[in-house]
Amino acid sequence: MSKAIGDLVFPDDIRYSDDHEWARQEEEIVKVGITDYAQDQLGDIVYVELPEVGSRFSVGEEFGTLESVKAVSELFMPMGGEIVAINEALADTPERVNSEPYGGGWMVIIKPNDAAQFKALKDRSAYQGLLKGSE
Amino acid sequence: MMRYLPHTNEDISAMLEKVGVGSLVALFDSIPESCRRQAPLNLPDPMSEWDLNEHMDGLAADMAVAPQYKVFLGAGSYDHFIPEAIKHLLLRSEVYTAYTPYQPEISQGTLQTIFEYQTLIARLLGMEVANASMYDGASALAEALLMAIRITRRKKVAVSRAVHPLYRRVVATYLAPTGYEIVEIPYTPDGRTDLSALGDLSALAAVAVQSPNFFGCVEDLRANADAVHADPKALLVTCFSEPLAYGILKNPGSCGADIVCGEGQSLGIPRSFGGPGLGVFASRQKYVRNMPGRLIGQTVDKDGKRGFVLTLATREQHIRRERATSNICSNQGLCATTATMYMAILGGTGFRELAALNHDKAAYLKAELQKAGLTIAFDSPVFNEFVVKFPSGFDTTYQRLLEKKIVAGLPLAPYYPELADHCLLCVTETSRRTDMDALAKEVAS
Amino acid sequence: MKAPVGTTGLIFNEPLLWEKGAKGRTGFSMPLRDIERYPVEDSVKGEGPDFPDLSELDVVRHFTRLSQWNFGVDSGMYPLGSCTMKYNPKTNERQAALPGLAGGHPLLPEVLCQGALKLMADLERFLAEITGLPAVSLQPAAGSHGELTGMMVIDAYLKSKGQRRTKVLIPDTAHGTNPASAALCGLKAIPLTSNEQGILSTENVAELMDEDTAGIMVTNPNTLGLFEANIQQVADIVHAKGGLIYGDGANMNAVMGIVDIQKLGVDVLHLNLHKTFSTPHGGGGPGSGPICVTERLAPFLPVPRVVEKDGCYTLSEDFPQSVGKIHAFYGNFGVLVKAYSYILSLGADLKKVSQYAVLNANYIKESLKDVYHLAYDRPCMHECVFSDKHQEAYHVSTLDIAKRLMEYGFHPPTVYFPLVVHGAIMVEPTETESKEMIDAFIDTMRAIAEEVKADPERFHEAPRITKVRRLDETGAARNPCLTGCGR
Repeated sequence: MSKAIGDLVFPDDIRYSDDHEWARQEEEIVKVGITDYAQDQLGDIVYVELPEVGSRFSVGEEFGTLESVKAVSELFMPMGGEIVAINEALADTPERVNSEPYGGGWMVIIKPNDAAQFKALKDRSAYQGLLKGSE
Repeated sequence: MMRYLPHTNEDISAMLEKVGVGSLVALFDSIPESCRRQAPLNLPDPMSEWDLNEHMDGLAADMAVAPQYKVFLGAGSYDHFIPEAIKHLLLRSEVYTAYTPYQPEISQGTLQTIFEYQTLIARLLGMEVANASMYDGASALAEALLMAIRITRRKKVAVSRAVHPLYRRVVATYLAPTGYEIVEIPYTPDGRTDLSALGDLSALAAVAVQSPNFFGCVEDLRANADAVHADPKALLVTCFSEPLAYGILKNPGSCGADIVCGEGQSLGIPRSFGGPGLGVFASRQKYVRNMPGRLIGQTVDKDGKRGFVLTLATREQHIRRERATSNICSNQGLCATTATMYMAILGGTGFRELAALNHDKAAYLKAELQKAGLTIAFDSPVFNEFVVKFPSGFDTTYQRLLEKKIVAGLPLAPYYPELADHCLLCVTETSRRTDMDALAKEVAS
Repeated sequence: MKAPVGTTGLIFNEPLLWEKGAKGRTGFSMPLRDIERYPVEDSVKGEGPDFPDLSELDVVRHFTRLSQWNFGVDSGMYPLGSCTMKYNPKTNERQAALPGLAGGHPLLPEVLCQGALKLMADLERFLAEITGLPAVSLQPAAGSHGELTGMMVIDAYLKSKGQRRTKVLIPDTAHGTNPASAALCGLKAIPLTSNEQGILSTENVAELMDEDTAGIMVTNPNTLGLFEANIQQVADIVHAKGGLIYGDGANMNAVMGIVDIQKLGVDVLHLNLHKTFSTPHGGGGPGSGPICVTERLAPFLPVPRVVEKDGCYTLSEDFPQSVGKIHAFYGNFGVLVKAYSYILSLGADLKKVSQYAVLNANYIKESLKDVYHLAYDRPCMHECVFSDKHQEAYHVSTLDIAKRLMEYGFHPPTVYFPLVVHGAIMVEPTETESKEMIDAFIDTMRAIAEEVKADPERFHEAPRITKVRRLDETGAARNPCLTGCGR
């Protein structure tokens, strides 16, 4: 069964999208993954489908999918841009998404088109507010 | 009282009282009057079991079957002996009255059987993975082409004219609504697909050939694979209608096929006027997430015991809905079970010997018909079917043979106008030498 | 605690086929060779398959033991919602196995297969009578195959009018095959939200229906077991914009002899012979999904069609607007024989079938609604939907309840469908279950509800007396092992 929101982890050095992805700015590139809330809701991840390096998507566009045993979830771009790297380790060990959603479970690294889109994402307390609102 | 309906008047009264309505009719009060039938169901009076038997015996008697008739027909539906042991096992009600194995703890029988099916089929075809089956060979071919389209993201496929004509029509129906293009590949004078006619492959998602093909000819699958794989993306899809052939022929996997599909009816399933059949479907492991249909996987339970479950279900319609790899829900579960029992009861040794027997009987009939003055249309190697060219006026002979209770093959005119005076003949282990001699004698006269 | 109906019997372990046998054995009686051997050309010669060699008894024991691990309708009550797990009559099996029917080749000259053609023609007439839709095709091999065919018929009809529509309306209670079938026809699924009463709202349909929408796919009764009371108004709205109504007939068991499907405004309906018409589920098929259509759609039905003239039957391809073929031959004939036998055995008593099915479901609903949360507290049709809402506080889920129910000798109901009810438990008893069996089911479900409060941990251990327990489905999906891997 899912954890209570108080038991979940939300680092404060990243920003959050309404679709439960996080984005971490690292100089010119942005690393993207899903939040602890998202992985807890989905359950054991069995497969991650990621795009090819070099593909481009706009903000909010679907760039991949996550599969658990009984459900499929789409992944949406928190910012528009080009995919410059994907986490190849997830092909063999998709469970990292569950165990280290902010660390080894990262999904893609993007070179954003518009750096300002980062500010449009929520900070930790705004995201937690979103979660409490939907409880 | 009807024997399937246990409710007595007392039962009904007690239950209506609990529900709080006065009559059975009142249960339907939420249905507007304007939706109702006005007249009672106009169906024949219910038959007793004994009258039903008599009625059905009458219908069955109005059918031309062995042993009264000698039917030399194949063309996608084959007469093979079915061991009594298999018929007996299939009547175990835990086998046939069970549902799809969604609750694995109480369906391990079904699950292990279909896992065995997937494995034996993969071995038969030389492929890495097989699914739990599709409806029939024709729809399996259509789904294979749609799978190739998904994988390559190209919108055109090429299908050999030597693929079963009815399969090609089903492919056309499946691909029509979404506007994918189908190109036809001609065949050579020796009855095999002419891939040189294809030209530029770069727009093609797949090339589909059948082996043995509709004419009974064995295609050169290795050459076909090499030709198709000259393009980096295009896939070779091979299909079949007679899987027994792989008892003695090179299997498609060893020749480089990417996706293999076909009709598995020969594997212990009665012909039943064309259905239910068995859509066999297999591919390379790397394409498994694009595969349609159910898949059974091996796993362990919480005590570490081996068990089996439906897996990779996120490809399927009940989860992926409009983005599923197919809309298929039911497979042909009991037919796949039948095929597993058949492959098990024959065994590897028996399968090879039975295939050889089929091959040899057909070779014998071919030789005898040649001696009787008929032309064998195509020069290529065959398995248990071949095409014969009959002299003009053969229609009369064909009719005369029908009156003698011999069906001398399938006239090809409705399917191939260029082969109007040809017939496709099939021989299996069910034909005796005496039957074949009788046929040869009749056509010679 | 209620005494379990199961005992510990002798259920045998049984290895995989290739873990048994010895080279050279066979279970098959090879026919005598009456012709000489002919060599196979080297260029095509292969090795043959790597199958184990087994004796007849090896094989018979293997599959006998495997069958004992299964639960079938003949084992116990199987209240799977929307599956209609009714009793499979044995006489149907006898008829389908008759050598004249089982041995018939589909491409026989017509004069030599009149028995099969007459059966098909009669069955088409019966299904037309039962549904009220006059033209029938028996060709689709399963329900979702029928859905695909039905959507193709709609697509072909619209194209014949020079129209190319791209959308179709699908309720949020629809079975997953509906949007999947629509997608195969190039139609985008537009979701409709059911209203607070659990049925379609005419306002919602009117808002979304336009001239780019091919129509609507509707299940009636729907998957909540409720009759779509607004169906005629919905049909009028869709027809007014030139769209058509596709009816998913999976739940036909509720309305035979009572509802006229054509009057609902439905243009195409598919039926599931393996549900409503008692043909066996076979562990996952074969099924059969005939479609019944209005006169104006008849020209588009698949070919060939059986035509009768002066008591003689032929197969005709003379339908130039037909969608073509969706099966190599005529559909699952062997399954059609069983449905035909069933209809001949019941006749107009098919109406009683529906009445008793609906009675059984309502009786269960009334008897359990005080202990399980009822998603919609209204009269239901042949199935009713509960949820695990009352059990959530004890951390016992629908899945746990299903696993516990197995230990009491019942197959669990359908779980987690329809998606609009969180933790759905969909119960369809069917008409072939007696009052005693239904009372036993009710008593068991009530006992389970008590156990949830008294001993919730027990549920996470369930099932304990089955051959395997709570299989690792995550591992199976992460590292798929789909053929014998020597583990």
